[in-house]
Amino acid sequence: MGKPSDAIDPISGPVNTAARDERRRALMGGRSLLLLIWLALLPVPLLGFNDYVVSLGTSFLINLILIASLNVLIGYCGQISLGHAGFYGLGAYSAGILSAKLGLNPWLGLPVACLVSASAAVVIGIPALRIKGHYLAMATLGFNAILAVLFDQLVPWTGGPNGLLGVKPLAFGSFALSSQARIFPLVWLCSGLVMLTLLNLIQSRVGRAIRAIATSEIAAGALGIDAFRYKLIVFVLTAAMAGLAGSLYVESNLYASPESFGFSSSILLVAMVALGGWGRYSGAFLGALIYTGAPQLLLTFQDAQLLIFGAGMIAVLLFFPGGLAGAGDSIARLRQRYWS
Amino acid sequence: MSAGSAGATALQLLFAGVGNGAIYALIALGFNVIFKSTGALNFAQGEWVMLGGMIAAAAIASHAAIWAGCLVAVVTVAAVGLLSERLIVAPLKRPTPMLITLLSIGLAISTKSVVMLVLGKDPAGYPGFSGDAVLNVFGARIPAQTLWIIGITLAFIVIAHVFFERTILGKSLRAVAADRDAASLVGINVQHSVMWSFVIGALAGGVAGAIITPQTFTSYDQGGLIGFKGFSAAMLGGIGSLYGALVGGLVLGLLETFAAGYVSSHFKDAVAFIVLLIILFALPSGLLGRSEAERV
Amino acid sequence: MSESATLLDVRGLACRFGGLQAIADLDFGVREGEIKAIIGPNGAGKTTLFNMISGVIAPSAGQILLSGESIDRLPSFQRAGLGLSRTFQNLQIFKDMTVLENVMVGRHARSHCGTLQAVLRTSRSVSEEREIRDRSIELLARLGLSERADEPASSLSFGESKLLEIARALAASPRLLLLDEPAAGVSHNAALRVGELIRELNREGLTVLLVEHNMGLVMDISHSVLVLDHGRKIAEGPPVAVRNDPAVLAAYLGEDDDA
Repeated sequence: MGKPSDAIDPISGPVNTAARDERRRALMGGRSLLLLIWLALLPVPLLGFNDYVVSLGTSFLINLILIASLNVLIGYCGQISLGHAGFYGLGAYSAGILSAKLGLNPWLGLPVACLVSASAAVVIGIPALRIKGHYLAMATLGFNAILAVLFDQLVPWTGGPNGLLGVKPLAFGSFALSSQARIFPLVWLCSGLVMLTLLNLIQSRVGRAIRAIATSEIAAGALGIDAFRYKLIVFVLTAAMAGLAGSLYVESNLYASPESFGFSSSILLVAMVALGGWGRYSGAFLGALIYTGAPQLLLTFQDAQLLIFGAGMIAVLLFFPGGLAGAGDSIARLRQRYWS
Repeated sequence: MSAGSAGATALQLLFAGVGNGAIYALIALGFNVIFKSTGALNFAQGEWVMLGGMIAAAAIASHAAIWAGCLVAVVTVAAVGLLSERLIVAPLKRPTPMLITLLSIGLAISTKSVVMLVLGKDPAGYPGFSGDAVLNVFGARIPAQTLWIIGITLAFIVIAHVFFERTILGKSLRAVAADRDAASLVGINVQHSVMWSFVIGALAGGVAGAIITPQTFTSYDQGGLIGFKGFSAAMLGGIGSLYGALVGGLVLGLLETFAAGYVSSHFKDAVAFIVLLIILFALPSGLLGRSEAERV
Repeated sequence: MSESATLLDVRGLACRFGGLQAIADLDFGVREGEIKAIIGPNGAGKTTLFNMISGVIAPSAGQILLSGESIDRLPSFQRAGLGLSRTFQNLQIFKDMTVLENVMVGRHARSHCGTLQAVLRTSRSVSEEREIRDRSIELLARLGLSERADEPASSLSFGESKLLEIARALAASPRLLLLDEPAAGVSHNAALRVGELIRELNREGLTVLLVEHNMGLVMDISHSVLVLDHGRKIAEGPPVAVRNDPAVLAAYLGEDDDA
């Protein structure tokens, strides 16, 4: 690090160039690392894994979209949403119904899913975000509860409790993406774009504004930041991403059922964000890993899974404020306090 | 009052609405007390209601008298509230509303799963305090339990009123809710106040669960929805306002019941959500509340 | 002193909290290019006044005009765009961000790239980001915080945090800076340096309105002093005149005078 320049210079005085360049290099690092990780993931279906493993990979990437977007909303913007699974479901059902019931080209499902979820987010977000406080949490909980009832009851459209059948797979002409290995690249691409979008957002002027709002809306306002507007933007954007995840889900499973989209799932997603590390970009990877992997590992302890998540969430929030992603820091801090 | 069937139906719905409203009022009261002392939304509130019903059912199934079973349930839930605060909230270095809200979500998940593991997934219930007696009032059929619910809730509200207005502990809770720093300057132990608010919140939830279960039965996954409705009631009356909880609960209960009776029963659960949206949109401070500006 | 325009104009301002009249019938102006201090015993309403000017609280009566334009109905975030910046008595630094990022947020009102440009990383957003960063680094250097630039803001000492808030408020190149007790709780030397900084900034054209208890600082740097007591103006004028005003002395009787 270079030396600081003299303190009593006028505003346009000499600038600390060396440190400035180093910071710029650090900024680039995030994007390059992401690119590397993504390239490493691409060959997964080509490595001869069976369909089951590849489907795990697909699930992981879809869950990553969900958890990373929710993480930005909760961890960076400070707004708790308990309706994320609802937007996920809206996306899944919109895309599914489009091809299964309306006979339209399934490719339309992807943008339509984003639009439907985004529109719903606008309707809920405007009243819920206008006032300071965590009213969004409750409003989204109620919203999710209503949605779950709708998914269950509107049988001619959604198939009711038995689920939506007859979803058409995505296809390039006659080449249908109807196997796990074939749909993986699309999911890989979409999730990569989502992660890149979120990274760019966090590292921008808007990202800083969002984080300022989460800490002190009053101070943010004094600096010219329209808290309501940004909260709404983030809420709608992340809802759209959840919708996208839903369309990818329905196209990779060719099926959707109300169970996955209730407010219990929304609450679990929040737990995953907390476990992984809210407000940390890498936290989403850990959260998605846990969310995807735990049911596989805990097969014999299915019922205990919920308890493990709940207790784990509490433990993490109490002892590891940075989540598991921040465990390194927390351990270092604990060590510093007790060993020095 | 006319004894015609339309009048009888209306009377029936009225009592049902007030009965449900009383439950929502209790839950809203629990929310408000904790909100006032911590600024957080307690997502475990609904689970405490469910817990009250489930524990009472388990006790009664083990041959306890109905009164005794309910008492055990209420005391246990209050203890759970106390423990939750001591173990989870008190140790926090930076007890921000956001963090406490998130923790209450973890608590809700844990409570629900413990009940599922220990007491099973099956719905549970027990007879009302007067068995399954139903009264006939001007042609309207009113379950005795509804009257018990209204009576017990009223008693609870009166006791709460006396507690907050007349006792030192109650007044110190109000002081902390009004201004934490000023309260601690005059020697009030703020941390204890938070603890008591959790106990009271859990107490309200446990009582609500114990007295409503004869009518609705309960199971491990019923907490979320009823907690949400209680919150809607709290918002309707004005979050943080104790009398708002009463007003909000009653209005919500009546709206819900009349909507279900005159429009469609499918609609019932949606009413709370629509009410919440309307309140957030048009009257965020609720019917009785005052909006609180954040002081810097 | 030459007649300069009135930058901030407060007319008939009042603020009521329930039964408490925090500010009553307040009239004063801040001329462009001056340093004006607001003093008064505790509870006189000084921070409430700041909160009304910056938009945190709505006045119950009266008007606030910035360069002749009424701002009292505008939300807080719009006032920043008009050249108004402030610091807070209870520090409101963003603890979860680095020192540098705190200052960069300050530049928000003078930058424009929105969500779409941020997400797409357009060349415009990249160059704007560079400009924000460079300017923020310069400000940190000026305030003597360069070495702490990449550290979390929570690691700063109290005095450093106060400087950070000032740097952040300056990032938006304001015309009028409201400083809420900039010298409170800092050492004597630090207070002197703050005073020196304010004078420098003022020489460069910044109009400053500050609330302060440190009488030495107030007497030293202000062109004009306004005295509040129980929400009302009891004196206004050059520092020396106000200091000797019997009404002011009476209001402070029983208070510690640390001049």
